[in-house]
Order: sequence, then C-alpha cells, then structure tokens
Amino acid sequence: MDAPPKAGTPRRPRRSPARLVRTAAWLALLVVLLALPLYLDAAWLKAGQYMMIGAVGAIGLTLVVGQAGQLSLAHAFFLLAGGTAYTVLSGPTGDDRVVGFGLDPGLSLLGAVAVAALLGLAFAPVAGRLRGIYLGVASLALVFLGLYFGQSAEELTGGTSTGRAPAPFSLFGFPFTDEGPAISLLGVPIRQAERMWYLFLLLTVLAFVIARGAVRGRVGRSWRAVRDNEAAAAVMGVSVLRAKAGAFAVSSAYGGLAGAMTVLWFDILKPDESEYGTYGINVSIAYLAMVIIGGLGSVPGALVGALIVNGLPQVLALYSADLGWFAGTGDGTLTPILVSSFVYGAAIILVVLFEPGGLATLGRRLTRLRRQPPEEP
Amino acid sequence: MNTFLQLVVNGLGKGAVFALLALGFVIIFKATEVVNFAHGSLVLFGGYLVVVTRDALGWVGASLVGIVSAGLLGLLLERLLLSRSWHADANSLALLTIGVDVIVTEEIVRRLGVTLPFLGDAWDAKPFRLGGITLFRTHLVALVVAAVLITAFWLAFKYSNWGVAMRAQAENREAAALMGIRSSRVTATAWLVAGLLAGVAVLFIATQDFSGAGLSRGTHSIALAAFPAAILGGLDSTAGAVVGGLVVGIVEALSAQYVSFDFSKSAVFLVMLVVLVVRPSGLFGTRERTRV
Repeated sequence: MDAPPKAGTPRRPRRSPARLVRTAAWLALLVVLLALPLYLDAAWLKAGQYMMIGAVGAIGLTLVVGQAGQLSLAHAFFLLAGGTAYTVLSGPTGDDRVVGFGLDPGLSLLGAVAVAALLGLAFAPVAGRLRGIYLGVASLALVFLGLYFGQSAEELTGGTSTGRAPAPFSLFGFPFTDEGPAISLLGVPIRQAERMWYLFLLLTVLAFVIARGAVRGRVGRSWRAVRDNEAAAAVMGVSVLRAKAGAFAVSSAYGGLAGAMTVLWFDILKPDESEYGTYGINVSIAYLAMVIIGGLGSVPGALVGALIVNGLPQVLALYSADLGWFAGTGDGTLTPILVSSFVYGAAIILVVLFEPGGLATLGRRLTRLRRQPPEEP
Repeated sequence: MNTFLQLVVNGLGKGAVFALLALGFVIIFKATEVVNFAHGSLVLFGGYLVVVTRDALGWVGASLVGIVSAGLLGLLLERLLLSRSWHADANSLALLTIGVDVIVTEEIVRRLGVTLPFLGDAWDAKPFRLGGITLFRTHLVALVVAAVLITAFWLAFKYSNWGVAMRAQAENREAAALMGIRSSRVTATAWLVAGLLAGVAVLFIATQDFSGAGLSRGTHSIALAAFPAAILGGLDSTAGAVVGGLVVGIVEALSAQYVSFDFSKSAVFLVMLVVLVVRPSGLFGTRERTRV
C-alpha cells in the first residue's frame, strides 16, 4: 500500500479550533470503540465486527471510485481472493483434499492483502484502457470469474458444498480465540469476541489512517487529477496509467483485507453456488452503495455508509428477537437482509436525487452551519 | 458437426433474446447517456405481472399486460426519478438505477417466494427435429419475434420523426433542443421502448427451453448477460447490440458444451474483456476523443 510520500513538508491548514475539535471527536470515538467490548455482549460485538469489515472494504472502494473516478463492480471478487489467500496460506500442510502452506496467520493476513493487490494490478492493463461504465461492466467480469474459480478450484477454496475452515487468527503466538492466557479487563474476561473486536478495530483504524494519508498526499492529488481530466493530468506530468493502476491495486488490497476478515468472521471460507452470495454481485453492489451513500471519495463517509449497509441487517436481526419482528416464516416474509436492501436501495436513490455528495457533504454542511463564518472556501 | 450446428442454432435463439435486452440498454444510452442498471428489474417486473394476471386474462392477455407494464415501469422511472435530477451527471444516474434495481428485484423475488412459474406456455418444451438438428420452439419464436421487432425498431429509427429526433439528440443534445426537438419526449419514449423490449424478452427467458428455470432471481442474472452484449457491441450502436446479443448467445452455448456449464457465465464476460482490451468502446461503438 502506498504511504504518503515524504516529499517536502505537506501543506497542512493551520491548527484552527475547529480542527482541534474534530481531532478530539475522532479520539473520543476511538476511546468509545475501545471501551465497547467491556459493555456489549458477544452478539453485539459480532455485529460490530461485521460493520468493521464493511468499513475496510468501503474505504478501499471509495478510493478507486470516488478519488480516482473509476467505477468498479469487482469488489466482491477481491473479497473472495483475499479470503481464499488467507485460508490457503494459513491452512494446514499435508491435507490431501485441500492445499495449505501452514504459514503464521498474521503473515497470511499480509499475504492475503498482497495477493489481492497483485490481482488488482494484473487487471490494471484493462482498467487503464477503459473508462466509466465500460470499466464498471468489465470489472463485473471478475465477479463471474471469481464465481467460476470458487466452484472449480476446490483444492484452494474447498468447493461450494463444504467450503473449508480458515486457521484461527493468532499474532506472535497469541491466539484470538477462547484459548491461551486468560485475560480480564475491569472484571470483563477478554475472550474470542473481545479479542476479535480489538483485532478488527486495529485493522479498521490502520485502513482509515492509511487511506486518509493517501487522499491528502501526492497520491490522492494524482488520483483526483486523473478523475477530473485525464488529458489535463497527463499534461501536468501525472502518469495516468500508473495512477489508475495504483488506485485499482490499493482498492483491491483493501478488498482482500476485508475478504480475509470476512472469512475469519464467518469462520468458514465457502465459495458461492450462484452469482448472488457472499462474494456475488449483490455484495459488489452493497459496497458500492456504502460508497455512494457516504459520498463518493470521502473516507469518513465510507465508514458511515458501511455502518448503514452492513450494520442494518445485523442490528435488525439482533433487535427482532426482542421485538418479535420478522417472526413469520415461509414465503414472502420480510427478513433483516431484505429490509436493509430496501433501505440502502432507497438511500442510493435519495442521495443521487437530493445530495449527490452523500452523507459526507451533509455532515460538512451541518458542521458548517454550527460555526459561523464558514472557514473553508 | 451436427452438435456444433445444433449449438450455434441454440446460441442464436438465446442470442436473439439477449439482443432485445441489449437493444434496450443501447436505446436508453443513446438518448440519455445513462446506463440502465435497473434493466434486470424491468425484466422481472414484466414477468411478474404476467404471472399475476395469467389466471384472469389467459396467456395472450397476460403477456400483453406484462410487456406494457414493463414499458410503463421504464417510463415511470424516467419521469419520476431521472427527469427530475437534471443536475446530476449520467454516471450518478446510472448509480441511481442501481438503487431502483435493488428495491424492485428484492420485492419481486420476495413476492415470488419459492414458486418459480414458467412463462412460455404458448410454445415451451415442444422441440422438433429438422434435418438432424433438434430445435426448441422457444428459440425459434424468439428469433422470429426479435427479427420482427428489431427490424421495426430500425425502420422507425431510420425513417420516423421519432427516429430522426432520437438520432439528433444522440448526436448533440443541446443542438437538438435548439432545433426544436423536445428532448424530454425523446428520453421518455426511449425508456418506454426499452421497457417494452425487456417485457418481451422475459417471456422467453423464464421458460423451460431457455434457462430450465421459471421466473426467479436467476431471470435477473440472465438479464445481466445482456450487459456484456451491449458493451461488446458498443454502447451507442444499435447494430452492435444485435451483434453483441448473438455473440453472447453463441459463446454461452458453445462454452457450456465444450468447457462446462459453470464456465459459460464467465466465458461471456471473458470474451467481452478481450474485445474491450482490443477496442475499448466495443466493436461498433464510437471512439471517445479527447481534445485539450
């Protein structure tokens, strides 16, 4: 992943009070997120982890779609690629049914990110030549290739009927399961749910910080220049092909990380039987929905989008038990997933119609209303 | 050799249906520069109305209702949502249609539940033989219907006032408006016609002969194959839509036989990728030129 280059001191706006307030708000949010495992039970932590998967994936997608202006419907493919790579790299050696390399899970996670990034890079020659909708449909091809790969490469994916279990995550020998040293914090035992929460939170924060750095630095500027006008960007000395390929690879890397997290979350890698599944078109569209709802190109917006799109079905499912919703069974009943599909479908329409900048613009407008006069030009 | 001929004939039959769908994409794209991601839901919507009205109206009546309602849904989308967002660019509107697609598709799939009705009662599952080749009636009817509709469309496009207006608008939107062409009317009819074509297509897709499955989420995913058809032909070329549709049909039929059924879905997209790498705007599409 590209770190922001250290060429000269980056121009930063002066530390205005509003900026300090914003930094304080982010820190407060982080503290709350760190404290939550002490108060929530495992089911809610699981739901929160799912939102964080969405956040990581959506941040990656917003970079390529919003910042670099390349429509990608391939995100589900990179999830599958990352998930498979993690499972294969960390899988046990000597299993005659499936391939495994028996690597350390932490290393495998890095490997999954690298594999997804390389696959994204391999698609770059195509991505570089195409624009807009043509690229969108071309990238859809990857989802279909992923479907076929999942069905046919059973030694890697375990096949559509059974799938295969990923190695439980551990870092430098410390297991993220209920095993290992018993830890407790303020009387709360830190077991699998809590440990995974902290792992996912760490990954999400890293993903967020790196993306913000990229967006604010030279890399982000080159992406936006290419998005706004390729010819003009080329004239100004931006290598258009490199910028496009870079954006695609970075976004794929994020997709791969989200995929590895998905496999860990489900505790199984199970490729889809049809194009509507865990790694299907619907997932690509759900990630696109997060990015659109959040406001194309906005990294914090992607977080909020993920909260809505990935969070809603989880939260509804948890609440429905208490409220007696979705109690019906059989044909034509509403499910949490269905309801949230309606909600995010409607949200996309409303955003495009009334606030093309998404929730990010809405948020910016609201904060601007509170502090007069406006400080941004 | 007979198998090969057989596959090509089957592929053409399927391809005719893809051509109808791809033509819908292309008409909308030419008139508005919007790619309609909701095309699959128009297909499902038309099919669903056939199912609902079939008992009361019989097959012919229900099919007409289905076709017309798919057209009207297209019209409605354009009038209610797209025409009101004139400030948004074409790409955002394409994203908007994704939102529409999610809602309509999920609702219809929910209503269908586990019942997956077949639509092609009039001709379905009565294959007949012709000189060593087995022909599916669905494919034959589809070929004839598609040929008639596409010719009719092409004649209208070439000679009617609507066609002239449409071509003028596709050429240069502002100039056309200045010359007195009512752009909203052209746009609205484009969506109507695309919807009608989708309504016709579903009668063939949700049959035993075509997909082996009734109206379902699978119908929507088959309609997705019209995407590569439109793209590989070139999004702004009507002839390209027809060629693209036939290519997709044949590629699917051949790859399902000679490689594997699972592979056939990806094969279509692979062929499209290859075409795009060589010609980034499709076989017949207009090349985009940049002037600085």
